[in-house]
Amino acid sequence: MEKQVIAPRKRKLIHELWLKFVGFVKVFMSNPRAVVGGAIMLFFIFMAVVLTKVLPFDSTPHPELRYLMPTWEHPLGCDAMGRDLFRKLIAGSKSILLISLFTAMLTVALGVTLGLISGLAGGVVDKVIMFIANLFLTVPSFPIMLALAQILTITNEFVFSIILSVWSWAGLARAIRAQIVSLKERDFITICKVMNLSKAHVLFQELLPNIASYIVVNFVLIMRNAITASVGIMILGVAAYDQTNWGVMLSIGQGAIINPKAVMVWLAPVIFITLYQAGAVLLSNGLDQVLNPRLRKL
Amino acid sequence: MEKVKKFFKNIGYLLYKYRFIWKRIGFAIVSLLFAVILTFFVLNLIPNDSIDEYAMKLASERNISLEEAHTLAIAILGYDPDESVFVKLMNYLGNLLHGNLGTSIRFLNVSANSVIAQFLPYTLFISTLALVISFLIGIKMGSSMASNKSKAKEIANTSFILISSSIPDYIWAIILLYIFATKLKWFPLSGARDITNGLPPFIDLLWHSVLPVISMVIVQISGWALTMRGSCVSVLGEDYVNAAKARGIPRKTIDKRYLRRNAILPLVTSIAISFATLFGGSTLIESMFNFPGLGLQLSYYIGCRDYFVIVGILFFTSSIIIFANLIADSVYSLIDPRIRRDA
Repeated sequence: MEKQVIAPRKRKLIHELWLKFVGFVKVFMSNPRAVVGGAIMLFFIFMAVVLTKVLPFDSTPHPELRYLMPTWEHPLGCDAMGRDLFRKLIAGSKSILLISLFTAMLTVALGVTLGLISGLAGGVVDKVIMFIANLFLTVPSFPIMLALAQILTITNEFVFSIILSVWSWAGLARAIRAQIVSLKERDFITICKVMNLSKAHVLFQELLPNIASYIVVNFVLIMRNAITASVGIMILGVAAYDQTNWGVMLSIGQGAIINPKAVMVWLAPVIFITLYQAGAVLLSNGLDQVLNPRLRKL
Repeated sequence: MEKVKKFFKNIGYLLYKYRFIWKRIGFAIVSLLFAVILTFFVLNLIPNDSIDEYAMKLASERNISLEEAHTLAIAILGYDPDESVFVKLMNYLGNLLHGNLGTSIRFLNVSANSVIAQFLPYTLFISTLALVISFLIGIKMGSSMASNKSKAKEIANTSFILISSSIPDYIWAIILLYIFATKLKWFPLSGARDITNGLPPFIDLLWHSVLPVISMVIVQISGWALTMRGSCVSVLGEDYVNAAKARGIPRKTIDKRYLRRNAILPLVTSIAISFATLFGGSTLIESMFNFPGLGLQLSYYIGCRDYFVIVGILFFTSSIIIFANLIADSVYSLIDPRIRRDA
């Protein structure tokens, strides 16, 4: 008896979710920024997951291919040792993607939890959390990240992301808190309180859906910032040396900039980093418009 | 007697009137303590053998026994790895209070103080220049974005902002270096001074800082323009702007007298944050252009693992930024009394 009642309800729920998803995809596809940004990000995921296996990097030098300009066989040319730059970049893409994903997840988890606690609790807890967040915002992050990266000698992506996210949660927490504080005063929350709905309901059914779009947009932006910072740290040659790392490639390219034959050595990583950053910014702008009905152009 | 009484009353009144400043100074002091603890934390991560290495170096330099050298090293550095954390922290604080930021364990007669004194001016020069230029351009762009309705301008502005916000400054540095330094040869490839070209010192420095400053400015503009646009849009909705329009005041005057002046106010606090990013991020730009500022030195000493100098420079950078924040916040509340209450 019970099963018969539950099953259609479940089906209905799935159907509703499906409709929501289709609606989201429709709006998403109608936004050019989101589509272009999403396509670029998908390409990078494809690169890190599939292309690393299909086109493995081969580090044996080929003196005859030294500083080769782009050809069909080597779409981005070759480096000073005659190794294919495209394959080199692909080999480095995995760690780039991992660092940016880990950092974004950690930062969002930290920032959203602390922002929510601070906004909902108010009083002393709010003051303490915001005080700490302000402290983290006043101290210059890049030099300290650099020093930590050197002293801890980074070897895996996860440690790197922890260092990066410790310095980036504060801004997000402050923004989330501001949103919660302004939402708390709105009528629909007051009505919830009057109706004596549970706190869990208010938090998960009313507040979180309202800031979900903001969180998603920030997730993409933090992914982008993480890459800016991590490649920056790698350029200075602080982390463990790995020739396929994009930052290391950039710093090699910077050293070869006077050499007119070595254009591709710096141009190849520049193209890929720019593409990644532009993709993330476009996707976050697009998602902002897609998920925020007030910004949507109809 | 009356006069003295009145004088003290006035002082008391002033202290009360500007009581928000005390709060800010308090916050700055706590931030400074936070910076001390943070740098102390970094100091504690240092591997112990670096001090033994330093002791060995001292022993061979001064012809003393290794044990003597070890105590000497601890005395010079003001840091004993075998002490408890509390004693270490006290020693570190004592060193800082004496103005001793850290001695080099790699080079003779080099300390964080000497490095800062020698290289700080260059970093200050380029980061201030970049800050001022990007602020001016960003404000102009932001206000024109808020009030201008022409389609072509809007597209130009948004695409510029997209480019400016998506490409990091070190990428600009490489591109600029390639175009202007190696291809066109308009600007020098590296360094801050070149004695051979016979230019007056200041012009020479300016000529060398053009490319680093441009690569910093391009990235900073988008942030300023976007905040300025937001601020302008909120000012445009104010009653006094509508009243001015109703009185028939020309659009240009409204933009200049009513809009821009009011919209700039909230941006003043961002100046300190922007300065922090520029000053902190100068490490990368300076090493891209080989510009001999504090940032390049920091990355150099990080490269040779000269920990005490690193910690000293870190502490100094943090305290400069905390100080800049304090000034920006206080100036903002001095010129805009509305925000004094909620600090």
